[in-house]
Amino acid sequence: MTGEGEIPLTRMQTGQSGTVIQIQGGIGLVNRLAALNIRPGKRITKVSSMLMWGPVTIEVDRTQVAIDFGMANRVIVELDEAAK
Amino acid sequence: MRILLMGNPNVGKSVVFSRLTGVNVIASNYPGTTVGYTRGFMKLGEEKVEVIDVPGTYTLEPTSEAEEVARRMLDTGDIVINVVDATNLERNLYLTLQLLERNIPVIVALNIWDDTKHRGINIELDKLRELLGVPVIPTVATTGEGIKELVRSIPRAASPQTPVRSRDERWATIGSIIEQVQHVTHRHHTWFERLADASVKPLRGGIIALIVIAGAFFVVRFIGESLIGYVLEPLFENLWAPVILRLSNFLGGESFIHHILIGKIAGDEVNFVESFGLLTSGIYVPFAMVLPYIIAFYLMLGLLEDSGYLPRLAVLMDTIMHRLGLHGYAVIPILLGLGCNVPAILATRILESNRERFIAATLISIALPCAALQAMILGLVGERGGQYVAVVYGTLFVVWIILGIILRYAARGFTPELLIEIPPYRLPQWRAVVQKLWMRVYGFLAEALPVILGAILVINILDILGIFGAIANFTAPVVTGLLGLPKEAVTALVIGFLRKDVAVGMLAPLALTAEQLVVGSVVLAMSFPCIATFIVLLRELGVVGMVKATGIMVSAALIVGGLLNVVL
Repeated sequence: MTGEGEIPLTRMQTGQSGTVIQIQGGIGLVNRLAALNIRPGKRITKVSSMLMWGPVTIEVDRTQVAIDFGMANRVIVELDEAAK
Repeated sequence: MRILLMGNPNVGKSVVFSRLTGVNVIASNYPGTTVGYTRGFMKLGEEKVEVIDVPGTYTLEPTSEAEEVARRMLDTGDIVINVVDATNLERNLYLTLQLLERNIPVIVALNIWDDTKHRGINIELDKLRELLGVPVIPTVATTGEGIKELVRSIPRAASPQTPVRSRDERWATIGSIIEQVQHVTHRHHTWFERLADASVKPLRGGIIALIVIAGAFFVVRFIGESLIGYVLEPLFENLWAPVILRLSNFLGGESFIHHILIGKIAGDEVNFVESFGLLTSGIYVPFAMVLPYIIAFYLMLGLLEDSGYLPRLAVLMDTIMHRLGLHGYAVIPILLGLGCNVPAILATRILESNRERFIAATLISIALPCAALQAMILGLVGERGGQYVAVVYGTLFVVWIILGIILRYAARGFTPELLIEIPPYRLPQWRAVVQKLWMRVYGFLAEALPVILGAILVINILDILGIFGAIANFTAPVVTGLLGLPKEAVTALVIGFLRKDVAVGMLAPLALTAEQLVVGSVVLAMSFPCIATFIVLLRELGVVGMVKATGIMVSAALIVGGLLNVVL
C-alpha cells in the first residue's frame, strides 16, 4: 500500500527528488538494487526516463543508475515536501 | 603468493593491474569491461607474486555470473587489494566490509582520488584507516600516482577481527563510517554533467546518439580512406610493385614458386588484389586494405569506450533491443563485433541469461561484418558505386532485425532487465587510448596475418592440384542455381571459413557484375563464421548452441542470398 506522495520511480517527474521507502519485490530484486546502493532510506533524484516504457535513470549519491521500467515500477519513493 | 584485485565494476581495477604487472589489458569507462580474469606477475621485494584482475563485483552475494566468478576467485587468493572508487565511497564500502568479514588480508586502494577534489568530496584518510583497520592508499591509477606507495604497503595488508553482519547491519556500519570520514561540499554542475544528463533524455539523447554514431562512422571512413589513398597505396605501387616485378622476372612466369609467391600477374602491372600470391595479395590485403580500417575503427571505439558514452547508448537503445530479445547493454558486444566477432562474443558474458547470450552471439556472428570484412566490402564493392555498399549494409541490417525478432520468440529462457551504473563522462587520455589501439592492432596482426598467409597458400596449392574445380562442379547447383554466382565463387565461400577478408578478395578476379558481388559479399558475411569465431562460439555456447547457431547462419545465408539474386 502506498500513501500520499508515495509513488513508484516511474511516476516521478524528471528532476524530482525523494526517498526510497520500499522495494516491492523478492530478495533477488532487493539484493540487486541494494548492491547499487538503492535501498530504503536512500535519497534519489530522477534524471530521466525513456519513452515507451524504457529505462528510468536516477541519481544516488552522485552516481547515476539506469533501471528497467518494470523494476523501477516496484521502487516506491516518498517525494520531498517541496515536490508534492 | 597470489594477490587478487577486487572491487566494484568500473573503478579502475584493470588500470591498477596494468600498473602493477606491466601486463597490458583492455580497460574502458564502462562496467563489465573485464569479463574473464587476467593474470600477471609482479616483483614484491625478492619474491615474484601472481596478481589477478578479478571481474568487478558489487557484492559477494552473487547476483550475476561475473560476480559468481569473483566470489569463487576469492577462495584462491592470499591477499586482496580492494580497489575502491573514492568518489563513490559509500557504495564501494559494502564490498569492502564483506571482504573484511572473510579471513583474508585486505589493503584498500582508494582510486580515482584526483576526482574527489573537483567533486567537492573530502575524505579523512587517517580516520578511514582507523575505522576499517587496514591500510588505505589513495591512488590515481591512470597517472600512476600512489601505485608505489600501494606496492610498499602490500605487506601491511591486514585482516582485522570483523563480525559477520547482516545486510542491514553492514549498511548501518557504512552509514556511520561515511558520517565520520566524508564531507561533501555542494558545487555547481559542470558542463560535462549537463551533457551527461542530456544524453540519457529521450529526445536530446536520441539526437546526441545520431550525431555520435554518424560522426564515428565518418571519422572511421575518413581515416581509413586517407591511410589507404595517401599512405599505403602509394607505398605499395611505388616501392613494392617494382620489387615484385623484378622477382617475377627472376622466377619466370610459370614456375611453381612463382605461382605461390607472386600468383598471376599480367605484363608489367601488378594487381595486388587479384594476383593472389603470398607476397602480393598476402601482404596487400592485410596491410593496405584491412589494417587502415582496423586502426580507424579501434581508435574511434577506444575513444567511445573511455569517454563513458557506451552505457548511455545502452539506456537509449534498451526499448529497441527488447524487441530483439536483448536488453540495452547488448549494444556493447554488438559495437565490439563491428571490429572483430571474437572479442564481441566473449563480451556477451556481460549479459546475464543464457538465452540472451545465445541471441547476441548468433546475431553478432551472422549479420555483423567485422572490420576486416567491411574494409574489403568497402574496397571492392565500393568501387562499383556507393549504392551497392548501401544494399549490402541494408540487407544485413534487415536480416539482423528479422532474425532478432524470430529468435526473441523462438529462443527459450528469459531476458533479464536492464540495471546498470552509468559512469561519469571522462576525457579519454591519449596515452591510454593509443596503448589500447596498439594492443588491438597488434592482436589483429598477430592473429590474422598467419591465417591470411596460410589461406593463400592453401588456395594456391588446391588450385594447382585442381581440387577447387571438383568442388565447384559439385556445388554448382547451389552456387549458380540459387545464388546466381559463377561456380568458381564456391572457392571464396569455402575460404570464408578461414578468413572472410581473403574470401572477398577471391571474388575480385571472377569478373562479377556489381549485383553478383553484392550477393557474394552478403552470403560471405552471413554464412559460416570464420574459424576464430567458430572456436569462440563453440567455447561460449557449447556444442549444441554452436550447431544451432551455425544451422541458422547457413540457412539464413542461402535464403537471403537466393532472395537477393532474384530481386537484384
